[in-house]
Amino acid sequence: MQAEAVHSLSRNERNPGVPLALDWFDHVAVNTPAAERRAATLTTRRTVKKQWQAAWLVNAIRCMDLTTLSGDDTPDRVRRLCAKARQPLADHIMEGLELDRLTTGAICVYPTMVSAAVRALAGSGIPVASVATGFPAGLMPLNLRLAEILYAVDQGAEEIDIVITRAHVLDGNWSALYDEVAAMREACGAAHLKVILATGDLKTLRNVYKASMVAMQAGADFIKTSTGKEGVNATLPVSLVMARALRDYGARAGYRIGFKPAGGMKTAKDAIAWQILMKEELGNDWLRPDLFRLGASSMLGDIERQLEHHVTGRYAASSRHALA
Amino acid sequence: MASVSEILETMDYGPAPEASGEVMKWLSARGAFGHFIGGRFTEPGPTFDVMNPATGELLAKVTQGTGSDVQAAVKAARAALPRWSKLSGHDRARYLYALARHIQKRERFLAVLETIDNGKPIRESRDIDVPLAARHFYHHAGWAEMLADEFPSQGPVGVCGQIIPWNFPLLMLAWKVAPALAAGNTVVLKPAEYTPLTALAFAEICAEVGLPKGVVNIVTGDGATGAALVEADVDKIAFTGSTEVGRAIRKVTAGSGKKLTLELGGKSPFIVFADADIDAAVEGVVDAIWFNQGQVCCAGSRILVQERVARDFAERLARRMARLRVGDPLDKSTDMGAIVDPVQLRRIRDLVAQGEAEGAVLHQAPCQLPATGNYFAPGFFTEVAPANIVSEVEIFGPVATLTTFRTPDEAVALANNTRYGLAASVWSENVNLALDVAAQVKAGVVWVNATNIFDAGAGFGGYRESGFGREGGREGMEEYLAEPPVPAKAEPVPIAPETAPTPEAPAAADAIDRTAKLYIGGAQKRPDSGYSYAVRGKAGVIGLAGLGSRKDIRNAVEAAHKASGWGRATGHNRAQVLYYLAENLVSREAEFANRLKSAGSPKPAEEVATAIRRAFWYAAQADKYDGAVHATKSAHVTLAMPEPFGVMGIACPTSAPLLGLLSLVLPAIAMGNRVVALPSQNMPLSATDLYQVFDTSDLPGGVVNIVTGARDELARTLAAHDDIAAMWYCGSTEGARMVETESAGNLKATWTVRNRDWLGAEGQGRSFLKHATQIKNIWVPYGE
Repeated sequence: MQAEAVHSLSRNERNPGVPLALDWFDHVAVNTPAAERRAATLTTRRTVKKQWQAAWLVNAIRCMDLTTLSGDDTPDRVRRLCAKARQPLADHIMEGLELDRLTTGAICVYPTMVSAAVRALAGSGIPVASVATGFPAGLMPLNLRLAEILYAVDQGAEEIDIVITRAHVLDGNWSALYDEVAAMREACGAAHLKVILATGDLKTLRNVYKASMVAMQAGADFIKTSTGKEGVNATLPVSLVMARALRDYGARAGYRIGFKPAGGMKTAKDAIAWQILMKEELGNDWLRPDLFRLGASSMLGDIERQLEHHVTGRYAASSRHALA
Repeated sequence: MASVSEILETMDYGPAPEASGEVMKWLSARGAFGHFIGGRFTEPGPTFDVMNPATGELLAKVTQGTGSDVQAAVKAARAALPRWSKLSGHDRARYLYALARHIQKRERFLAVLETIDNGKPIRESRDIDVPLAARHFYHHAGWAEMLADEFPSQGPVGVCGQIIPWNFPLLMLAWKVAPALAAGNTVVLKPAEYTPLTALAFAEICAEVGLPKGVVNIVTGDGATGAALVEADVDKIAFTGSTEVGRAIRKVTAGSGKKLTLELGGKSPFIVFADADIDAAVEGVVDAIWFNQGQVCCAGSRILVQERVARDFAERLARRMARLRVGDPLDKSTDMGAIVDPVQLRRIRDLVAQGEAEGAVLHQAPCQLPATGNYFAPGFFTEVAPANIVSEVEIFGPVATLTTFRTPDEAVALANNTRYGLAASVWSENVNLALDVAAQVKAGVVWVNATNIFDAGAGFGGYRESGFGREGGREGMEEYLAEPPVPAKAEPVPIAPETAPTPEAPAAADAIDRTAKLYIGGAQKRPDSGYSYAVRGKAGVIGLAGLGSRKDIRNAVEAAHKASGWGRATGHNRAQVLYYLAENLVSREAEFANRLKSAGSPKPAEEVATAIRRAFWYAAQADKYDGAVHATKSAHVTLAMPEPFGVMGIACPTSAPLLGLLSLVLPAIAMGNRVVALPSQNMPLSATDLYQVFDTSDLPGGVVNIVTGARDELARTLAAHDDIAAMWYCGSTEGARMVETESAGNLKATWTVRNRDWLGAEGQGRSFLKHATQIKNIWVPYGE
């Protein structure tokens, strides 16, 4: 059974990719209303309260790629973000939760900000993720996009979040997509490759499934929904389809792929919702930072407020928490 | 309590109980409940215990309704009827609107109460049962408002006795009470003895909104109380529950003139084609058979999967099933709660054990069940043949069967291989295939790529032994409205057939040369009995007619079934045939008038002329009496399609030998039915004269079959025939009772047609077409 296959997977072995296999996705059926129904009832079928809610919110921080991807980013701004990544919760909240140490899963920045981030996070063990390949549109010559990956890796990025050429998906040009992602994987070297599908541009859930499968076949370590810059970013139905795609890939290829929803998720409630999705569709292993990341900027502030309330019983004000 | 660090290791959900304090406070304040009659609660009489199925604890003591309690309630409803029915639609709408609002204001209270009474998860009572109940009252407030415009000249049926089941107590109450009240009826409702509490809370809401006294009466009790209500002086019985009880109600109410709607059991197919979104279909099973612990009449309990994806499907299903959480119904993370009562739990266990003993393989979720309470782990059977008891019998628990099929034809055959016909679910990404199968499945509700979707705007109800009548939408409203009364007309008593030779001179020169046989499968057939009987006109014997017997009925029904192409023909095609038939009648108008004249008909020429007009009228209707697209949920097309029953039996009046027959046969065949008609016993020759008209009108053989003879005797065979889907009877009171009684065998829809002035306007109309069809609601969610 597939369930057993998934559980027997090695936890640490990277996905090397497989040759492009169209028959893994060519005739995939994704029924959109059904996916929407499932997504809508995930969070009505499950909830976490009290101590469990607090723990799940802490876990969300543990899995968070704390992100800044703005045109006005500066090294100082990035340093401030890194400080927050090192210490995402105020001391009294940590005490109230009886936690010693907590950091975010990673920091995610533009390539030119990587070195600042690496310096700021030195000794913390927090990896730096860099977007690359002409983020967010990706409409740059391939050699320049690959050069950008090399640059970011050279700057110290341990994770590279690349964007795909959406046109390849819209045209059904799977070999072009495969070759592009495979080349990017090669450029990443030891750095982990997160493939951003920009699902808001792909429009249909079938496209999402197919693009997910090609990205994984081409060697993605993670598949990621969005840049945060599309009209529609991470949604639960899209995430559901990607989760099912990576489950199917695991069953066929024997490798575990991580999932990163990104963009548009701002609240503690969102953090819980996506974790429920992961647990229900994939299991507890996808609640760990090696297989699950939440790409978010403002979500941490809301989580901190909720956790303060949990600890103190008083509703919190963000002005009392360190800015990211 | 676990520490945050510990939870971070396990990532468990932890407990998330919904508080029940307010509800428990209410229950202990009430202690024991009486009935709600005439706007107030009676003093509690002898009571029975109502238990929480999840814990076994006593929730309340509720009065066992007696016959006199029922009578008091019916009397209160009868007393309230004149004023309530004469209120303007708008005034009634205000009350229904208030009920809807108050259900919403009490939504959490009602959800918690429902969950502790029934055992269903709070997620379902909170997100499905209670909101849908409120939606039904809102929707029907609208029907009350528009009643005069939408249903001109129709009025309420009167006092309605309503008996509801324990699986969706408040929701079924809403389905019953809302349309009844909107149409101006008053009601006596008996909730199920396992789950009477939300009905009693609803009684308090009725008082709270100031609903006039006696409009809604609630009598609690067990089956005996229900039986008393069925026999009480009510004008209609609406029942939702088991097919066995429904059958008993059909027999008891036979001949009483009480309008009857039955929403009964099911063994609904859940058909998964290879091109379906398999994950979506697996999730559909969760919403089908693992919804409400599988205690759902329309649950997709027979999963049919195309062979080439069956293994993959079963694996995914098992994996999904393993993630279901079974336990405390009040916990917000519970998927499946408790079975309603130990009796039901035993029944499920017994059936499942029997299924296993017969060789089916049970797959069950490896979940830890609570130590106390009525729990049953979700499961499904594989390697299960159609003959296995679990394929056939409604388990009414969280266990489905999984069978494979190879082709769409086989899927349809398996889907329809059941005595039931409540619902079906079809999964395919191919719209052609999905809609083709939806059209072929015998079920009142079909969900395409979905399951168990409900809305007040769409009709719900079954085919076959799943009952008749609809709840919801326009078709549901019609069940609570009475058509304008038709003045009754006494019919001549059927004369017992004389089969011995009659030593009289024939009244007409050619009478003895023309031997009217039976008409079966488009050919004239000798009666199996070998007997003929004399037909007497006003001047003596005018000919002989075949004396049909039960074997002729058997043959006629078989011939009718073979003519299935008629139901699939377009309305236009059928119209062409009916127009042609009318034309051929025109060319033989004088001949038919003469025949009627010799038979002693009072207005022979007029009868033929009216028959011709009627043929034109039903030809016109053949492609116009159509369905609707209901306004339900966004991004859902909900098609309400009137479908022919299939093969119908029609017993025709003794009077108006030509027009009476055609007035009944034409609407039936215009809608695509094939009929076995029993013409006027006294004067069958006008019917037998039609054989040649049928032959020359391109009417396919088998569409109309005519068996002459002793009408009521033949009608009994038809009514008891399990392969007849609907039966119309126009004749005596005793005959009507007999037909309704016999119909209980397969619960065929019956219509006992009053004899009437067939020349008049009451001899034709849309109501004939309505009775010739059943509404199938097909739900097609869309979106890419």
